[in-house]
Amino acid sequence: MTLALDLALCVLILGVALASVAGGGVFRAVIFFITYGLFVAMAWARLGALDVALAEAAIGAGLTGVLLLAALGRLRRMNATSPPHRTGLHLPAAFAGAALACALGWAWFALPAPSPPDLGPVMPQSGVGNRVTAVLLNFRAWDTLLESIVLLAALLGVWMLAQDKDWTAPLGPRYHAQAGGVLASFGRLLPPVGLAFGVYLVWAGADSTGGAFQGGTVLAAVGLVALMSNVMRPPRVSQGVLRAALVLGPAVFLCAGLLATASGGAFLSLSPALAKPVILTIEVALTISIAVTLALLVIGASGDGEYAP
Amino acid sequence: MMADLATYVLTALGLVFFVAGTVGLLRFPDTFSRLHALTKADNLGLGFIALGIAFQTETWAQLAMLALIWALALLAAGTVAQLVARAALATTQEEE
Repeated sequence: MTLALDLALCVLILGVALASVAGGGVFRAVIFFITYGLFVAMAWARLGALDVALAEAAIGAGLTGVLLLAALGRLRRMNATSPPHRTGLHLPAAFAGAALACALGWAWFALPAPSPPDLGPVMPQSGVGNRVTAVLLNFRAWDTLLESIVLLAALLGVWMLAQDKDWTAPLGPRYHAQAGGVLASFGRLLPPVGLAFGVYLVWAGADSTGGAFQGGTVLAAVGLVALMSNVMRPPRVSQGVLRAALVLGPAVFLCAGLLATASGGAFLSLSPALAKPVILTIEVALTISIAVTLALLVIGASGDGEYAP
Repeated sequence: MMADLATYVLTALGLVFFVAGTVGLLRFPDTFSRLHALTKADNLGLGFIALGIAFQTETWAQLAMLALIWALALLAAGTVAQLVARAALATTQEEE
């Protein structure tokens, strides 16, 4: 029975992936890409990688989907001419993709299966119960630190594309929602639930599924809903609180790492006694930064016209 | 035993609504009737499936989470249906 479910999932993933790249317009491709992300999240869940499943659903399908839809809406507002619709197949791209898939498949069978490192003996020193959190914020904290800085760099890149005259304007497009209408009510009903869920995900990340990235994405989504339904005023680059929130995560992370060096350990090493409170502090700071950065990435720079609902 | 039977019957009923909603989505002529079909699948189909699974829960917390999932899906589906319908109405009026 479960084999049938897994096979159906595999067929669905391949079918949706093919539908996404097989042409038929940008809108169709985006919708199929979002569906693809949801199916892949289900596949990760079936494989038992619940943390990855949550991240894929929240970031891969949800946030990237919103980002692509917003980009599509902007292209339409600008009346950008879509590239001439080619009826033929994009043969070079198809060949390159197929070759890559074959190479990866070959590597999968040819290389020896790596044995996963045994985390059991060192887990008590990590300060947390969730192995994924232990790896992300303790054993391989270096990667996570750089990831949080990459996010910030991406946002700065987007902001750099803004024109000078838009620099002081409120960020993002102007969203319209009727006062007291359906969208405005939705924007007031959903955030309390979303806030509770986002904070829960971060808190639960220490010992079970969840973490800063998943929780931060949920919180970013809450902020986006509030922005799009005009419940929250659009932010500005000049807001000090906003800038502080952007750098809080990487800054706290770096400080924790440097403090470890100052107290005689290696950079980013955590002493077992202090690991839990330090990890929790870093996670909370990271969550705030990730939430604000992702939300600002989606709404983008200022001055790209109006958004009709 | 009775609980299993209830699960079978209710989830099957939910699936019927999903199939009917999908058929409606594919066959109905315009956006508004398609939305009508789609929201039935979301509301009743998911509702019956959640109700069916509710007979398999072991704790009250699981039951509450199922109810929350259904309520959130209902809220989102209802809102999105309204927004899509409004957008479709604006487009059809422009065309006329």
